[in-house]
Amino acid sequence: MTFLSELLAWFTDPLNWQGTSGIPIRTWEHIQYSVAATLIAALIALPISLYLGHTGRGGLLAINIANIGRAIPSLGLIIMAFILLGLNIVPVMIALVALAIPPIVTNTYIGIRNVNREVRDAAGGMGMTGWQILTRVEIPVALPLIMAGLRTSAVQVVATATLAAYLSFGGLGRFLFDGLALQDYEQLTGGALLIAALSLITEFALARVQAVIVPKGLAKRNATAAVDAKMSGRAGVASSGA
Amino acid sequence: MITFNSVSKRFADGTTAVDSLSLEVPDGEIAVFVGPSGCGKTTTLRMVNRMIEPTDGVIEVDGKNILKEDPAELRRRIGYVIQQIGLFPHRTIRENIGTVPGLVGWDKKRTQERVDELIEVVGLQEDSGDRYPHELSGGQQQRVGVARALAVDPPIMLMDEPFGAVDPIVRTRLQEEFLRLQQEVQKTIVFVTHDIDEAIKMGDRIALLSQGGHLEQYATPEEMLASPANEFVADFLGGERGLKQLALISVSDVDAQSGPVVTLEDTRAHASEVAGDANTDWVVVVDDARHLRGWVSIEELNGQRNVGEGNIHAFSAEVKSGDSLRTALNAMVTSRTGVAARVGEGGIYEGIVTHRLINEELSKPAQHTPD
Repeated sequence: MTFLSELLAWFTDPLNWQGTSGIPIRTWEHIQYSVAATLIAALIALPISLYLGHTGRGGLLAINIANIGRAIPSLGLIIMAFILLGLNIVPVMIALVALAIPPIVTNTYIGIRNVNREVRDAAGGMGMTGWQILTRVEIPVALPLIMAGLRTSAVQVVATATLAAYLSFGGLGRFLFDGLALQDYEQLTGGALLIAALSLITEFALARVQAVIVPKGLAKRNATAAVDAKMSGRAGVASSGA
Repeated sequence: MITFNSVSKRFADGTTAVDSLSLEVPDGEIAVFVGPSGCGKTTTLRMVNRMIEPTDGVIEVDGKNILKEDPAELRRRIGYVIQQIGLFPHRTIRENIGTVPGLVGWDKKRTQERVDELIEVVGLQEDSGDRYPHELSGGQQQRVGVARALAVDPPIMLMDEPFGAVDPIVRTRLQEEFLRLQQEVQKTIVFVTHDIDEAIKMGDRIALLSQGGHLEQYATPEEMLASPANEFVADFLGGERGLKQLALISVSDVDAQSGPVVTLEDTRAHASEVAGDANTDWVVVVDDARHLRGWVSIEELNGQRNVGEGNIHAFSAEVKSGDSLRTALNAMVTSRTGVAARVGEGGIYEGIVTHRLINEELSKPAQHTPD
């Protein structure tokens, strides 16, 4: 049998779709880790970067600190946290959150700072309070970049959540580590394909969310901008026609 | 009324932007702050709605010290227009105009009606309301900026180079439309520009500031042109002060001379006599109903029995009572006769405007009649 037909056999084997180590459960675990890590990162990074962007203070420092999270290898961070905290899901989460924070901080801060000075000035001059300027002007106008940050983080987290299996937790990484250990290359490749597919689906789904929540006027104005160019043809049509 | 009382602004780096400024902007008038860059004109404007806080002195709006008011609430009562407009890109034109009504809690219906009204008042197309700012031209965007500032009908407006970002043709039109609008709405306006011609055109009064925020002169455009307070003012007003002054005086402000007038039926001899009395070699020709027909030279009447048979030339330009003396002067220098013919309703001849009339007008002491 060729490798491709064996790979197909792995995918079509009913046993691989059943039980606690089947593809559906592993995928579900993977999604849970990813969503949790992205949400925690957003809850930490968004308020800080919105505040810094709004006041225009300390932003570069925050970006640099956040980027340390990107500089440390995730595997190293997991092992270090494991040594310190023992065997539980927290080390995995620490690594994933550390990975997810920098894109959110950088994009959100830059998005808010990029709101035209004049637009901000006009908003203040008309009598908006600082909070109103942030929520009614800065966030809506920065939303394409804020969403770009969240998308980048989410996709990176989905790809890296594979490492949960390194500490004997579930997720699609199981197939990779088990496949490697057993020299079961069908399982290894099948897992890798599933992770890649989940990353793409994440990217696509968040692009759709973005198309819906970004104000219409901005979507029109940015119709030709790079953010949309990254989308697939169908998403591009959806956003410009939204 | 806006009152500046010894207002100064020094920035943290030690530069003085405004230096002990005292002046009053009377109700319903446009006070134009003009001067070279760095003269503190924008800083002064921004102190009125507390976008910048003065270091010293007191600014009062209708007798109330603005520093004792909540900044956000103060700003909602003061219209604010800036050169870059600062429209909200994510909101439609209607939503942009309805910003301040939303902030002060008007209900939807009232806001909607007001927005409809303003779209018409500032001369926007009806269907532009549901568009987004980036879909409008610069001139249209600036109209939206003015409409947005007028939304809750604030008694005071601050306008910082509001027409500075559009091309000269659009600028002229926006200026004229705004002056017409101002006649109706009678706002008390602080208007900042670096363009002295715009200041002369828009201002009931002009505050001319120099580097470091010194007030060099605060006067009506007529006063300032007729008697600049010092050399700085004279320099800033530029080399064509006389012409600028003429632009402010309308033809109806001077009494036209009747001029050498004949009718189509008058004989050549009569025309020659009339011209001789006026010391010219031409006569103005009108018909029986005193409609202006043009002018004819006495020489060209040789051999003709009456004026109607002669070669009657149209005046290169006719002026009306509402035109400025500058327009009249232009008509004079482009006409062979050296005068401008003034006509009224239906082309009725009213007289001629001559160099001497203009000279007399310019040598009069400055008038204190801003209109």
